[in-house]
Amino acid sequence: MAHFTKATSVKDWFNQRLAIEKVEKVMMSEYWIPKNINFLWAMGMVLVITFAMLLVSGIFLLMYYVPTVDGAFDSVNYTIMREVDFGWLWRHVHGVAASVVFLIIYIHMFTGIYYGSYKKGREMIWISGMLLFVAFSAEAFSGYMLPWGQMSYWAGMVITNLFAGGSLHADGLVEWIRGDYVPAQAFLGRFFMLHVLLIPLAIIGLIALHFGALRIPHVNNQDGEEIDFDEEAKKYLDGKKAESKVMRFANDFMAKDLMVVGVFLVFFFYLVFYNYGFAMDPVNFDPADGLSTPAHIYPEWYFLWSYEILRPFNIDLGLVLFAFAQVIFVLLPFLDRSPNSVPANRRGLFGIWFWVMIVNLIVLTAMGKLPPEGIFSTIGLVSAILFVVQWLALPFITKLEKKV
Amino acid sequence: MENNSRRGFMGKAFGAVAGIGAVGSLYAMKKSWDPLPSVKAAGFTTLDMSIYEEAVMVTEKWRGKPIFVLKQSAEMLKKAKENPRDIERLVEVDGSHYMMCIGLCTHLGCIPAFRQDKNDFKCACHGGEFDASGMVQLVPPPRGFDIPPFRIDGTKLVLGEVGPEWQAMKDNGITL
Amino acid sequence: MKNKEPLILGVVVFFTLVTYYLVEPFAHHQMHKHVESENFEYADIAKFTPTTNVAHGKELVTSNCTACHSINVENMPAPMDPTTSAATYGVNPPDLSNAGVVYDAKYLAAFIADPAKAANVSHKFNDTKMHPMPSYNWMQPSEISDMVAYLQSIAVKAEDLTPAMAYENACGRCHAVHYEKWTQIGSKPSFKHEKDSLAFDIKVMEYEDSIKAYMGKLPPDLSMYIRSRNEHFISTLVENPQNHLAGTAMPRVGVSAETMEKVIEHLEDAGDAKRHERAAVGMNVMIYIVIFAIFALLWKKQVWRDLH
Repeated sequence: MAHFTKATSVKDWFNQRLAIEKVEKVMMSEYWIPKNINFLWAMGMVLVITFAMLLVSGIFLLMYYVPTVDGAFDSVNYTIMREVDFGWLWRHVHGVAASVVFLIIYIHMFTGIYYGSYKKGREMIWISGMLLFVAFSAEAFSGYMLPWGQMSYWAGMVITNLFAGGSLHADGLVEWIRGDYVPAQAFLGRFFMLHVLLIPLAIIGLIALHFGALRIPHVNNQDGEEIDFDEEAKKYLDGKKAESKVMRFANDFMAKDLMVVGVFLVFFFYLVFYNYGFAMDPVNFDPADGLSTPAHIYPEWYFLWSYEILRPFNIDLGLVLFAFAQVIFVLLPFLDRSPNSVPANRRGLFGIWFWVMIVNLIVLTAMGKLPPEGIFSTIGLVSAILFVVQWLALPFITKLEKKV
Repeated sequence: MENNSRRGFMGKAFGAVAGIGAVGSLYAMKKSWDPLPSVKAAGFTTLDMSIYEEAVMVTEKWRGKPIFVLKQSAEMLKKAKENPRDIERLVEVDGSHYMMCIGLCTHLGCIPAFRQDKNDFKCACHGGEFDASGMVQLVPPPRGFDIPPFRIDGTKLVLGEVGPEWQAMKDNGITL
Repeated sequence: MKNKEPLILGVVVFFTLVTYYLVEPFAHHQMHKHVESENFEYADIAKFTPTTNVAHGKELVTSNCTACHSINVENMPAPMDPTTSAATYGVNPPDLSNAGVVYDAKYLAAFIADPAKAANVSHKFNDTKMHPMPSYNWMQPSEISDMVAYLQSIAVKAEDLTPAMAYENACGRCHAVHYEKWTQIGSKPSFKHEKDSLAFDIKVMEYEDSIKAYMGKLPPDLSMYIRSRNEHFISTLVENPQNHLAGTAMPRVGVSAETMEKVIEHLEDAGDAKRHERAAVGMNVMIYIVIFAIFALLWKKQVWRDLH
C-alpha cells in the first residue's frame, strides 16, 4: 500500500490519490509546444470543439428522434424542427457541424502532409488520424441514413450495393449487411445503433490514441526544425520566456488555439443560421420512396472525390480503385522514401506533388457532384487516373529527393 | 511579473464571456427538455355527464391518467351528506352528484379497484381504502383522491380547465 | 521570421471558396434549368374587360355553377360530400366563396370559358375523355365578366385572405399538408374515439384513390416542399407547370401574384415554421460570438506579450 499522509488541503487530498498535479503538468503546463507554428496548428482544437458540438446537439436530437421507417422523417422535420423548443437549432448545428468537420479534417490532414508531420516518429499520429477519418466517414454516412429522406434511402442502397463486389455478385453479403433485401427497418435500426453508440465510442477511443501518439514526439513546427524540448523547456522555466523556442500548452498555446476557435465559431454560426443548404441537401427533404430514384443523387461533398474515382470505370476496376483511394493515404509515411521532414516548399518535386494533389482532389470533388455526362465525365476520368498515378509515383519522387 | 495581473484579468474576462455562452446554451437545452406543445394541448378531456348510470364506476382518461366517474345513488348521497368533507368532494352537474377524481391512490400511485358489493375502492398495493365519495376510509393513503381541474359546461365537464367549483375545492383544501 | 499567416489564410480560404462554388451554385445550376418568372401576367390569355353587373353575375353563377360548386359564404352547400364528388367527377369541385380574390380575374374568365385550355391541360382531354367542368364559351364575354364580377364581390378583401385560405383554395383539393393537419377533404379534426378517426382517414384514402385515377398519380403532400424545392421553383411551377414538367397533368391554376406570395407563406409556415425565431436568435448569436472572438483575441495578445 502506498504511503498516505494527512492532507493539508483539498488539492493535496486529491493529489495524493490521483496525482492531479503531475497529470496537469504532463497534459497542460509542461506540455511544450514549439513557438514557430501558425494558426493551422489550431485545427486540432477546432476539431475537438466541433466534435463536442456534434455530441451535444446529437444528445438533444436523440431525445426526440424515432428510429422507425414510418416515424423517422416526421420525428426530424415535424417534432424536432417545429415542436421542440430550439429543436431547429440542434438540427442545424448538427447538420452544419457534420459537414464543416470534414473541411477542418481535410485542412488538418493536408497541414500534416505539407509539413511532414507523418514521419520521423510521428507515424502513429498519422495512422490514428487516418483511422479517425475512416471513423468519422462511417459516422457521417450512418447519420445521413437517419432522417430517412430520399437521399438517405438511395445513398444507403448504392453504398451497400458496393459490397456485392461487382463481378463477385456477393448479393448475400449485401442482404446480410442490410438485414433485408432493400434498406428497410432492419437497416435503419442498425445504422442508428452504429451512429449513436458504437462509432462514437470508437471515435473517442481513437482520439485518446491520437493524443497519446502525439505526446511523446511532440507537435511539429512550420520550419521542420528538430527542437530539443528539454533544453528549451529549461530556458522557459528559468524565466527566459522570449528566448525559449517553446511555450506551454496551457495557457500559452491554448490562448492562441481559442482565438482561432473564436474566429471559426463566427464562420460556423453564420452557416448555421444563414447558409446551411450545402449541409442539408434539398433532396433529403422528400420522404424516402423505394419506388422512385431522384433525378440526381450524389453523396455529401466530402465523399465526392472518392465517389468520382469509382464512377468513370467499369464496376470491377472502379471498386479496386475506390478501395485503393480509401487505403492509400494511410500508407503515406511508408511510401514517402525521403528522409526530409521539412515543409513541402523546400522539398522540390514533392512540393509540386502536393499542390497538384490538392487541385486534383478539388477537381474530383467538383466532377463527383456534376452529372456524369460529356466534358465532366472526361475531366473526371483524367483526374481519377492522375490521382492513382500520383500515388504510384510518390515513392520514386521522394527517393530522388536530396537531403535538406 | 507586472503582466500577470493584466493577463489574469483578460483571462477571467474571456472566461466570463464564455460563461455567458455556456449559460445561453444551458437555457436552450432546458427549453428543449420541456413538454411539447402537442402534449400540453392534448391536456383537455371533455366528459358528457349524461351517459353515466348511478352506482356504476366508469374509468375515463385525462393526461394519460385514469379518471374515476361514479354517479352517486341516493344511498351514497345520503351517506355523503352525513360527512361535510365527503359532500364537498362531489361535483354537481345538472341535478346529479358525481364522484369525479384521478383514479390513483394518494399513497404511492397504484390504481385502486372498485368493489361493487361494498361501493368502495380497495388498493391492492398496500391495502388503502376510499369510500364512494373518494374520501380515505383506511390508511396508508394520506388524503382522498385528488380531483383534476374541471369546468362545468352545461351537462359536460371539461377536464384541464379551471372552473369556479374546482377553484373553491382547491381553496378549501379538498384537493391539491 | 516573416509572418506567413495571412498568406496561409488566403490559400485556405481560396481553395475552400472554389470548392464551395463548384459543388454548390455551379453544380446545382448544371443540374436544374432556370425558368424565369412571367410575374403572373398570363400573356397567352387575351385581355379581359371587367364589367360591374354583379346582380346579373349572381343570377348566372347560381343557375350555371351551383349544381356542382358550393358557395359557403352564400349558404349554398355542395350537392355531394368531397369523397363522393371526387368519385363522380375525378376531382372535387371547389367552393367558390373566394375564387374572386384567389385567382387572377383574366384567368378566371378564360377558365370559365374553356377550363382545359386555360389550365394548360388540353393534352389530357379529348372527345372521349372530357374535362369534368364543361366549357362556357357559348356565353357572351360580358356575361362571363359579370360572373367574375359577382365572384369578386362575395370574396374576402385581398388583405383578409390568409395564407392558409389561399393555399386551401388554390392547392388544397389535390395536395395534402399533413404538417398542418390539412387533408384534401379538409382539416382533420381531433376525434375522441379511434374508430371515428379511422373512418375519416378512410374517406381521405378513397378521395385520394379518385384523384390518383384522375391525375395519373397522387399529387404529393407539400409539407416539406418549401425546403425540398425552393420558393422560385414553386412559384414558377404554379405559374405554369408545363415549364418545369412538360406533359404534366397538374393544371395551371391561375392564381394572382399576391395569392402566390400567400401560398408560399403558407408553405413556409408548414415546412420552415421557425424561420422568424431562427432570424432573431441568429442575430443575437452572431453578436455574441463576435464579442467572444474579440475577447479571445485580447486574451491571446496578453498571454503572448512576453513570449515574443
